[in-house]
Amino acid sequence: MTVLPYLVAVWIFLIGVYGMATSRNLVHAVGCLAVTQSSTYVLLLAVGYRRGATAPVFSDIPVGTPVVDPVVQALALTDVVVGATVTALLLALVVQTDKRHGTVDPDELTELKG
Amino acid sequence: MRGPIRRWPLAAGLAATAALLVAACLRLPHFGGDRHPYGDRAVRTALLQRTANTVSSVNFDQRALDTLGEESILFAAVLGTVVLLRQTRDEHRVAPQPAPVPPPLRRYGTLALPVALLIGLYVIAHGQLSPGGGFQGGVVVATALHLLYVAVDYRALERIRPVGPYELADGVGEAAYVLLGAAGLLAGSAYLANTLPHGTFNTMASGGTVPLLNAAVGMEVASGVVVLLAHFLGQALEIVGEEGERT
Amino acid sequence: MGDALDDALLAAGLLLVAAAATAAALCRDPARQAVLLSLLGLGLALLFTVLQAPDVGLSQLAVGSAVTPLMLLLTVRKVRRRKRHE
Repeated sequence: MTVLPYLVAVWIFLIGVYGMATSRNLVHAVGCLAVTQSSTYVLLLAVGYRRGATAPVFSDIPVGTPVVDPVVQALALTDVVVGATVTALLLALVVQTDKRHGTVDPDELTELKG
Repeated sequence: MRGPIRRWPLAAGLAATAALLVAACLRLPHFGGDRHPYGDRAVRTALLQRTANTVSSVNFDQRALDTLGEESILFAAVLGTVVLLRQTRDEHRVAPQPAPVPPPLRRYGTLALPVALLIGLYVIAHGQLSPGGGFQGGVVVATALHLLYVAVDYRALERIRPVGPYELADGVGEAAYVLLGAAGLLAGSAYLANTLPHGTFNTMASGGTVPLLNAAVGMEVASGVVVLLAHFLGQALEIVGEEGERT
Repeated sequence: MGDALDDALLAAGLLLVAAAATAAALCRDPARQAVLLSLLGLGLALLFTVLQAPDVGLSQLAVGSAVTPLMLLLTVRKVRRRKRHE
């Protein structure tokens, strides 16, 4: 259990990259990028976890209770939302690519460029 | 470069990356450990600033400038998507046919919409106290509005969602954040410094500028997501290119 | 006792997330992938809650299980519709 969460983050990263590199459809590649991105959240929150501590919100617990690291949570939290808008931008690029070239297969696109 | 030729460099690259990452993981501080120097300092500062939700304190007070950067990425991404997905001259809109909605779904949707909307606003407003804030609440508000599409139909959604005002609100949210930061300068402190009175711990009026910045972000995120979904829905349901001609 | 329960929940969450991520990355059909991604979003939200990060869980729940998959599905539909028109 001491390294399992880190290894899970590594696995998610690698499988996402594998999916992207072997993708035959740009929409699918963007989906794989979203998978890869989620590995960073798992890693960040795993680094900040403290055994036996509670969430870093003091509205219903006395001050001084051990809490997990709020810094990494703040980093992950903003990126979840910002990441979604960047995904939207990439998908908009895919729609444009499809309009221009009539295909979303990266291999066919490379051939078109010739 | 196809098939097996491409597989080999990929496999080698993945294996090397995996080896490096696993080696790094084994030397990280153990999971669940008790040493969190940054976290402890952040918690101490958050309590000094009387912000019960320390995550909000980190986002909107201690690292507020960082959040301004994040927000600008969001703003730029929304702007870029709007430009890329706009209707071009050789495309035209075809209004989608209204589809019949089963009455139970309609009832559920009209009931759930105001509730979800209220939850979203609550989450934005209580960001300094309980888990939540502008980022999460904004997304909830935006998705709540789209329940109307599920429950009634696309045209009903279009009526409550004229894209123009939401695009404006997106910009206003971003501008409000920048201006609130400048208020710190005017008060004789640093940009985005928490210069307002910190208020009473664990009440609505606590955390100084945190609730205000939360509201600005909530506005930007909510309208940003509405604008994004509006353009994707428009492209998927309405906009078509000229017949027989590649656009 | 509490620690053992925490560990069990964490391990379950981690395995669920790893499985959902694998399925989503290996699924070749983008429409089906979008559904698996929303499952991944749900799993991540659960895992984050167990990791004592309700703030992140909340934003992951709204974004990961609704907004991102919806945009992916709409893009799939747009691309398919254009194919039909040609």
